[in-house]
Amino acid sequence: MKRSEREAAVRRIMERAVPPVPPDLWGEAVRRGERLLRHRRVVLRVLWLLACAAAVAFAVWAAGAHPWVEPPSQTTPPVSGW
Amino acid sequence: MRDRPLSREARRAREFESFVAGAAGRLLHAATLLTAEAPDANPRARRLLTLALAHTYARWDRLRGEDPYDCARQHLATRFARTTWHRYGVFGRARPDPGSPLAALTPRERLILVLRLYEGVAEEQAAALLGLPAERVHALCDRATATVLHPARQPAPRAVGAKAAAS
Repeated sequence: MKRSEREAAVRRIMERAVPPVPPDLWGEAVRRGERLLRHRRVVLRVLWLLACAAAVAFAVWAAGAHPWVEPPSQTTPPVSGW
Repeated sequence: MRDRPLSREARRAREFESFVAGAAGRLLHAATLLTAEAPDANPRARRLLTLALAHTYARWDRLRGEDPYDCARQHLATRFARTTWHRYGVFGRARPDPGSPLAALTPRERLILVLRLYEGVAEEQAAALLGLPAERVHALCDRATATVLHPARQPAPRAVGAKAAAS
């Protein structure tokens, strides 16, 4: 028996019993799909909110602390009286 | 502002409904073969299919020309591959219904046989989907074909008896 004949025989065996499609399948799939979309939207919104909050917090802290200014030296006293 | 998304949702729902009407029968048959349940008592296959369809629905607007049937089939196969080991792994083959034509096979053999022969997916694509080398898929497919055609050679006498009684 050749490979193609074997495959055709298995295909016939597999296609014998066709299960009936339940009538509420579409509604159930749409309901679950909508829920997935809703969850995804909520997660996206929360992540955006967190990102915005982090940006605002950083801006406030930077405005107060001026991290770009060189800190005054602790080891060498300023030279004066030359 | 409120008007546009509503009409888009309505369009999506309509398109999705016609897609389900066309594809659900074939996908449900494939899912029932995968789970090796009886054709008229297949809660696991229905659940698999519902989740795969829901995933396709959620991706509907971002398919960008991709075939929704491919998307649903891929999701069905990967979900089956992912969930099968902790459902079937410990208790082995005791679960499959003897009325299914693929009851004598392991879940992975069933998955390969359904993808390759029932759905007609190319060997390389099936291998990529399952993360196996193509030669391995070839060998597994051959072995599964032999098991389905000649169940007497395999150590599964109960399945043979059930098949003989059924036909």
